[in-house]
Amino acid sequence: MTAILPILAASAQEADPLGRPTSVQDSSELPVIRFEHVGKTYAARQGTPLVAALEDVNLSVPEGAIVGVIGRSGAGKSTLIRLVNGLETPTSGRIVVDGTDITALSEKGLREARRSIGMIFQHFNLLARRTAYENVALPLEIAGVARREIKARVEPLLDLVGLADKRDRYPAELSGGQKQRVGIARALATRPRVLLSDEATSALDPETTNQILALLRKVNAELKLTVLLITHEMAVIKSVANRVAVLDGGRIVEEGRTFEIFAHPRHATTKAFISAITGAALPAQVADRLKPARVGEAQAVLRIVFTGTHATDPVLSRISRLLGVDVNIIQAQVDDIAGEPFGVIVVSLPGDIATVAAVQAAVTGLGLGVEVLGYVS
Amino acid sequence: MFPEILPPAIVDLLIEATRQTLYMVAIAGLIGTAIGLPLGVFLATSRGGELFAAPVLNQALGLVVNAARSTPFIILVVAIIPFTRLIAGTSIGTNAAIVPLTVAAAPFIARLIEAAIREVDQGLVEAARAMGASPLQIVAKVLLPEALPAITLALTLAVVSLLGYSAMVGAVGGGGLGDLGIRFGYQRFMPDVMAAVVVVLILLVQAVQSFGDLLAHRLDKRNRRD
Repeated sequence: MTAILPILAASAQEADPLGRPTSVQDSSELPVIRFEHVGKTYAARQGTPLVAALEDVNLSVPEGAIVGVIGRSGAGKSTLIRLVNGLETPTSGRIVVDGTDITALSEKGLREARRSIGMIFQHFNLLARRTAYENVALPLEIAGVARREIKARVEPLLDLVGLADKRDRYPAELSGGQKQRVGIARALATRPRVLLSDEATSALDPETTNQILALLRKVNAELKLTVLLITHEMAVIKSVANRVAVLDGGRIVEEGRTFEIFAHPRHATTKAFISAITGAALPAQVADRLKPARVGEAQAVLRIVFTGTHATDPVLSRISRLLGVDVNIIQAQVDDIAGEPFGVIVVSLPGDIATVAAVQAAVTGLGLGVEVLGYVS
Repeated sequence: MFPEILPPAIVDLLIEATRQTLYMVAIAGLIGTAIGLPLGVFLATSRGGELFAAPVLNQALGLVVNAARSTPFIILVVAIIPFTRLIAGTSIGTNAAIVPLTVAAAPFIARLIEAAIREVDQGLVEAARAMGASPLQIVAKVLLPEALPAITLALTLAVVSLLGYSAMVGAVGGGGLGDLGIRFGYQRFMPDVMAAVVVVLILLVQAVQSFGDLLAHRLDKRNRRD
């Protein structure tokens, strides 16, 4: 028995729980940030109860991934991201970053650890009296890097974010998008392994948001940077995040691959966020008349979700032809989520049980998701 | 300008008085800043939960500062005569007058600096902490540089106030423009001397204020547009 144990241990190192061999790609599955049963309550003022900002949060951010945490304001997002670099300390649980338990570090150890964790902010937080160059140089000055070395590092970073020509401009002379580029360059200056993004695009217009998100994707890919971002905008998640966690009332209510969450949202909060951008919300005149059960000759309303390779299949005409059913399209949209095509079609069709069951079977058989939303008459 | 209006002896007195005023204000301003600047930084960063959190010391220092600030200057001059004698070796004369001027200036400057530092966006402090900056680095690299335009204006105001205070140190033989105005202009009924003193004081205040405003504007990079 004891002779077998080392062998088991060795094989456990070589295969993950699903039995796949550990390859170079799979090492990217190792979590760089891990929240373990993290709770945070804020000290109460006299006469008021304790305020729980986070409760039993478990979250893993794999190496090289872009993980998004979405929640409404007050859901605990800001607290959550500040726990990663120790700007906040948890009341319970621990946070492990790059193998180091952040919660166990001394103030000095924490300062060291923060140098390998970059952070960008909603309001950029650039020093008004420093030029773009000097702002990017600041974390290096703080780390005690020699002046010549600072120059050698800052200039390529300004190139990377496309601001080489703005090097000597002050923040007041830059647009919002340019300021956030300086913020990103500054966050990258100490060559961190992790980048924390605190609502980095929330103060920007949609076009600038897309440019900044594209830059985040670029640094993620080129610098092998692991990114944890918080946002209240599902469009941000959709554009950059490989994985998403939905935070509601201080708890993570849903977590998974972005595409899976979009295709099969389970929690009401998630559905609300998604419907805001994928057109999954029904038109008002349908939503108002929707009933949970069939009355008389009511039509069934179905949502069909096309994912991945099926997104472009001519499913509706096939169903019509095969089953001889008239299908009425109420709403349709094809989107791109985390780089994968994603379509939603809401249809109405004759609501008798046999037809609905046949259509459901046919759609499922084609590898698509289908859900009966209700009945309208 | 003055030689045509005033007798040469009075012009000499005016020049000497101006020299004394500038000397007192400069030394008191420098020492007052040397004490008031760190005190102000500490007051601005030592409440509970701040960089150098020491709420009790913060409150205690705040009380001392308030006490000094609420004492009328002329009372302060007289009240601290033993202290003045201890520091300057005498309680009369220009050098002795620097002691109460400094004692008045330091807490005033401390409060002005505190206000200037508190104006700095807390987001910058958070960003610096996220970079791994120590509290001292945050003061040296973020708070003081970012507050510099406001600090410049604060010190300008302090110098202008000191010019006013310095008029009262004639009470302890401190000399200076105020003393000249009282002794010659008022007690000897020489309104032209009084007028000359007022004109010189106005010019000094204007010069100090204009220089401070200009400097603060040059230091402030927030007003730039391309």
